Amino acid sequence: MNSLAKPGRWEKFFWPVLAAALLLAVWHYSVVWTATKVFPSPLSVEKGLAELLRKHVLWADIGDSLRRVAIGFGTAAVVGIPLGLTLGWYPAANQIVNPVLQILRPISPIAWIPVAIIFFGIGDRAATFLVFLGAFFPIVVACVSGVSNVPSIFRRAGRNFGLSPAQILARVVFPAALPQILIGLRIALGIAWLVVVAGEMIAVDSGLGYLVIDSRNSGKRYDLVVAAMLLIGLIGLALDIGFRRLEKIRSVRWGFRS
Amino acid sequence: MSTHASVTTSVPGVKLQMEHVGMVFARDGKSVPVLEDINLDVRDGEFVCVLGPSGCGKSTLLNVMGGFLSPTSGSVSIDGQTVHGPDPRRILVFQERGVFPWLTVEGNIGFGLSKLSSTESRQRIAHYVQMTRLQGFEHTYPSDLSGGMKQRLQVARALAVNPDILYLDEPFGALDSVTRFIMRGELLRIWQTERRTIIFVTHDIDEAVQLADRVVVLSSRPAKIQDVLSIDIAHPRNLSSPRYLEHRDDLLKKIGLAYAV
Repeated sequence: MNSLAKPGRWEKFFWPVLAAALLLAVWHYSVVWTATKVFPSPLSVEKGLAELLRKHVLWADIGDSLRRVAIGFGTAAVVGIPLGLTLGWYPAANQIVNPVLQILRPISPIAWIPVAIIFFGIGDRAATFLVFLGAFFPIVVACVSGVSNVPSIFRRAGRNFGLSPAQILARVVFPAALPQILIGLRIALGIAWLVVVAGEMIAVDSGLGYLVIDSRNSGKRYDLVVAAMLLIGLIGLALDIGFRRLEKIRSVRWGFRS
Repeated sequence: MSTHASVTTSVPGVKLQMEHVGMVFARDGKSVPVLEDINLDVRDGEFVCVLGPSGCGKSTLLNVMGGFLSPTSGSVSIDGQTVHGPDPRRILVFQERGVFPWLTVEGNIGFGLSKLSSTESRQRIAHYVQMTRLQGFEHTYPSDLSGGMKQRLQVARALAVNPDILYLDEPFGALDSVTRFIMRGELLRIWQTERRTIIFVTHDIDEAVQLADRVVVLSSRPAKIQDVLSIDIAHPRNLSSPRYLEHRDDLLKKIGLAYAV
């Protein structure tokens, strides 16, 4: 078989499953051979996961994390998209605001934790604020570059058909930039999910991040720590797959062809 | 005719008038002249091809006519009114990628029709879908259309708003030669039924001889009108008739390419 041939259906599943199985085997035998008492084997993690699922508090933790992401990410989108579109539309405004954005952008949301606690106290709002910060900048940047990358031919066509500047923004620039905006939103959602876990380790006492740190602090239950980590990974993957479905919508699909 | 401040005297039958149009771009602190003293009258319903070598300023000329650029000297007037900006009464068709990829064929054709009632705009769309032979593709997105269909769609979108002038900027330049040939026939058919004034920019001599009532030959940069050639052959034109070949040779000579290769 050469590399141009289409892989069979079974191969699409076989190789990834094999890779995962190998990883699990390496993990298992590393634990066995090093005879570690601290780090859990895959089997004890599996038992830990089952234990977590039996306790109803897990669902509350998942719900809390998802809620914080929804609010923080949602607010970032609601504020960031109009701001980014405006800055992209008025390059003069962008030149004024951009330096500030570029300084704030590389600051990890984790560094904001003390400030967030001063602003909002220990609690939900501090964690949600961190999620907002993590998601806000990628959204703004994607909107700015999305708008400024709109081919001038589209704007000229809009002007030619007698559209006002506001109509050009709504009917030409926004739909033309939408694929890039969606990519920005997807990156922002991934970051939001990273940040919520970190925020929950410090600012609140619920959520998956809290579950990780609490499992360690109360009795060094590393089986539960790793189980919670795996859950975080799986939910993050599910969020990403869910978001990618938006790319299949007909009016944006043109922007996602390779 | 009485003279009015912004209204130049309009000559009956003349649709578009360019008087001493010059265009100078500022590039890296230097001024680059692109158009020089262009004088041209285009009659109502006329098909004019603007022919010139690549990069000579043909597109600039079209953008000045369309009101997207204002000339540094001279003026353009349409129906006696000086052009100050783009206007839905004259639509520019671009070389490629001019259609909106986020709209279907129907959505593209209806783009300029938001002021019409929905019944009226539906009728318009249906009419121009027919005219440009896009039946069956009403709900298709441009990414699923061929290059020729996309250009027909752009023409349909332009015609739908009922413009009196169509500016075409090398509209078939990105198509393969067979499709280009077919598209010329389609454009002539549309022009003959709709009778709009068409100003068609091209660097293809055959295209000019096949389509135009008159061919305006531009010099290389800065573009001046080197010659204007009337092509008095009835459509459909026989591409191997002696008259056709004569005009073609004439144009080749004027562009300075005859027997050069």
